[in-house]
Amino acid sequence: MRNMLIIFRKELRIFFDSPIAYIFIIAFLAFSNWLFFRSFFIVGQISMRDYFFFIPWIFLVFVPAVTMRLWAEEKKIGTIEVLMTLPVRNYEVVLGKFLASFSFVMIALALSFSLPLTLFFLGDVDFGPIIGGYVGACFLGGAYLAIGLFVSNLAENQIVAFIIAALLSFALFIIGEDIVLATLPNSLVPTFSFLGLGKHFVSLQRGVLDSRDVIYYVSLIGFFLFLNTQSLESRKW
Amino acid sequence: MIEAKNLTKRFGDTLAVDTISFAVNKGGIVGLLGPNGAGKTTTMRILTCYLTADSGTATIAGKNVLTQSLEVRRCIGYLPENNPLYTEMGVVDYLKFIAQIRHIPRKKIKPQVKEMIEVCGLEPVLNKKIDELSKGFRQRVGLAQAMIHNPAVLIFDEPTVGLDPNQIVEIRELIKRLGAEKTVILSSHILPEVSATCKQIIIMNRGRIVASGTPEEMSSHARGGGVVTMVVRGPVEQIKDKLKTVKKVKNFTMQETEGDGQTRFEIISTGEENINEDLFRMVAENGWVLSELHQETLSLEDVFQQLTLKES
Repeated sequence: MRNMLIIFRKELRIFFDSPIAYIFIIAFLAFSNWLFFRSFFIVGQISMRDYFFFIPWIFLVFVPAVTMRLWAEEKKIGTIEVLMTLPVRNYEVVLGKFLASFSFVMIALALSFSLPLTLFFLGDVDFGPIIGGYVGACFLGGAYLAIGLFVSNLAENQIVAFIIAALLSFALFIIGEDIVLATLPNSLVPTFSFLGLGKHFVSLQRGVLDSRDVIYYVSLIGFFLFLNTQSLESRKW
Repeated sequence: MIEAKNLTKRFGDTLAVDTISFAVNKGGIVGLLGPNGAGKTTTMRILTCYLTADSGTATIAGKNVLTQSLEVRRCIGYLPENNPLYTEMGVVDYLKFIAQIRHIPRKKIKPQVKEMIEVCGLEPVLNKKIDELSKGFRQRVGLAQAMIHNPAVLIFDEPTVGLDPNQIVEIRELIKRLGAEKTVILSSHILPEVSATCKQIIIMNRGRIVASGTPEEMSSHARGGGVVTMVVRGPVEQIKDKLKTVKKVKNFTMQETEGDGQTRFEIISTGEENINEDLFRMVAENGWVLSELHQETLSLEDVFQQLTLKES
């Protein structure tokens, strides 16, 4: 626990010590705000549905960019040898890195709170879907992060890590979409529909905190973090 | 303090470390010597729990690297090859991070970091980020990182690579001081470095240990003894015949015939002492003239080359 916190602090510090963190946050906010306001004045609707519609796609680019360097860089520079010969357990390092990147994405997301605030001053807002949307975004971000972190440990190159993480996240996102489901035999539809990242996000956005969605995200994150700790062990063979 | 038994490590088809065994006693500096690709780094990585051996066991301070990995890592300070560092971090931040994760009590972190800064001479670069540092200072940061928790065992993989001669001398002095109370293993392919700092040398080649011992032992054991050079004036064939009868002569070669009838011989002794006296007597009894007689001990360079070139 203590080791995890120390790793967490170190990783977070490295994020914010480099200008990349600020460029990330600014890019994320500029992009998501633009997508929000683009339709906001045309539709004239006081809701954030469009915003949360775009979030999975923005995250698809944004999150792998956050995770790509977390392991790939350690491997490239060789600091992984220092890190893993310190008296720390594999899972402590993985959790520390995950929580640091999770906090980073949460900070970026939190800075978009100006949007619901704007809505609040403009008129009557139904906060249920908005809160549900943010909760969903947290879980979705966590799932993307866990995938990206795992991929980063397999790749030696950051660009490769980025592309594979984005592709894998994309694949997991769309397998629950109707277009994919339509091509599958009926017996597989419920399984794929449950496994898809997107369906659960939409479900949370309705403002209903369904335990099935929460369990889905938590176990998906847990699964990839577990794979990550196992793949750390594989360097030894 | 450190014991390795039959360690073997294979990467695909290459046998990086081939059933090596060695023991290192507490205190003192051990040099792991060998050409590039001899298996030094792999051996060190096994000892530091970064890699797992395919077979064989290793213990450090009585703890098994496989089953008590965390305990082993606690009592080791390690400077990996090429000294990797978190270049985005500041010098002090980096050392603080290492101190924290090494579980140095909170109150002691500051004094300990301060001490490391003094010991390693990092005062001039305190407020800099690591990527702004010169190679020499980076190396010192790496050493400070390895020593901050006052470990009983220090493992340095090529600690002086890329440093200028003055820095090399400084680092060597530092390592020598450390060797007074700690067990230090360092690897190198630079011979003078090892002969200058180490009490015990292990020479590796192609994954195997080809020799080990003190620098002096190594020199005298090579070729089974010392080499004597003798220059005599006299009839060549008779000298050759007589040389064959001297007991302590294992083998000899006639080097060259110099002008005015002098002949130079290179004689390899059987390793017993006082071969010089026997040779002198032989020359004197026959009434020849001896103009040169000296014994050479092999330098570590010769030993190293003999051992490593022979096999490859």
